[in-house]
Amino acid sequence: MDSVKDMLLLLISSSIVSNIVLSQFMGLCPFLGVSRKIKTAGGMGTAVIFVITLASAVAGVIYKFILQPLHIEYLETIVFILVIAALVQFVEMFLKKAMPSLYQALGVYLPLITTNCAVLGVAITNVQKEYGILTGIVNGFATALGFTIAIVILAGLREKMEYNEVPESFKGMPMVLLTAGLMAIAFCGFSGLI
Amino acid sequence: MNKAGERLYNGIIKENPTFVLMLGMCPTLAVTTSAMNGLGMGLTTAVVLTMSNLIISLLRKVIPSRVRIPAFIVIIASFVTAVQLLLQAYLPSLNDALGVYIPLIVVNCIILGRAESYAYSNPPIPSLFDGLGMGLGFSLALTCIGAVREILAAGSVFGFQIMPDSYVTINIFGLAPGAFFVLAALTALQNYVKNKRKLAGKDYEKIQSGCGHDCLHCGESGCSERFYDTTENAGQTAGSAVSEMQKAKAAADALETIDLDKEDK
Repeated sequence: MDSVKDMLLLLISSSIVSNIVLSQFMGLCPFLGVSRKIKTAGGMGTAVIFVITLASAVAGVIYKFILQPLHIEYLETIVFILVIAALVQFVEMFLKKAMPSLYQALGVYLPLITTNCAVLGVAITNVQKEYGILTGIVNGFATALGFTIAIVILAGLREKMEYNEVPESFKGMPMVLLTAGLMAIAFCGFSGLI
Repeated sequence: MNKAGERLYNGIIKENPTFVLMLGMCPTLAVTTSAMNGLGMGLTTAVVLTMSNLIISLLRKVIPSRVRIPAFIVIIASFVTAVQLLLQAYLPSLNDALGVYIPLIVVNCIILGRAESYAYSNPPIPSLFDGLGMGLGFSLALTCIGAVREILAAGSVFGFQIMPDSYVTINIFGLAPGAFFVLAALTALQNYVKNKRKLAGKDYEKIQSGCGHDCLHCGESGCSERFYDTTENAGQTAGSAVSEMQKAKAAADALETIDLDKEDK
């Protein structure tokens, strides 16, 4: 029972309280880049959830059963980045063959995720915080969920802002960054939650 | 030797990776809570960048172009691991302050960008200085941003109090939202300069927008989109996992520096 409670707490803290984009600045590139429309933002978010959850599972297994027994933990960075790159390729090929409809929906986002720092970041955080494999997967899922929440909200705001009048210099990226900053302030409010 | 000086100038001023090219924004935002952290991160990245540029340039005739991106990543990751171990041994406090962002240097697009656009097609010595210049430019930018945030948030620089006691600190600039605001101000300033140059009819192409890898929707010429297209159209055998990977890497990672090759000629 205790562990279920821990998992739930982890879920909330990773997804909302220490949101990966708004408080840790990982995965900023797709966050700023693919947030023009709610639909694409949702697609990106789903793809990220899928990849990060899978990647944290695979990275966790490799760390526990290959790196630790051989005492080569220091190779984690090299191993993880290669594993993630290969995994994304593999997922892409698998989806193309097995689930064409899902591939249609997520396919375009997959290559963009390969070197998204969030994926590597989650894998390394899991190791640094000494999470077990299951906890790692939950943490990965929660983190990616937080990413999706943030990117969908930002996309919603950007759709509304589309026709607003903005000072010349602030058009485009600066305005998005200001919006993200305000969102970050809002998310700071959750910090007392846990 | 002239070439070396030119590369240094290019990296620090003319094509400063942060202020002009807007590359590597994740670490820029995350670690610049104080000037010291910014400097530490900048120098760490500079070391990795210099060494990886040197090695990639030395190996440029050995690495086949089809597997170059994975090869670059392995080389970069090795140096990041080495630097991380050194930091853990000699500067544990900095290591703790930077935390997970040290391994994340691997996915910093500045490093892969320089490897791809400069080191892979140039001799070792200029590549070394190119890496050094870019690294120092990055350090300079990070230190400046860190100093600004530290002054606003704590009234000090490098830990030394410089504002009078009556100064009311604005804590939010030390927290996550402050980073977004500082970067927003920076990109706005850049847009301002760009618009001015455009009006004056000067060359503004060199200054990139803070494009966030939006290769899907980005209409801007001269950014990663172009790089992605060239990689795709270059007739790299589609279907092979390796070239797929290259494309993925190219698309995701190479928020590319524009027209470097052209300029070098």
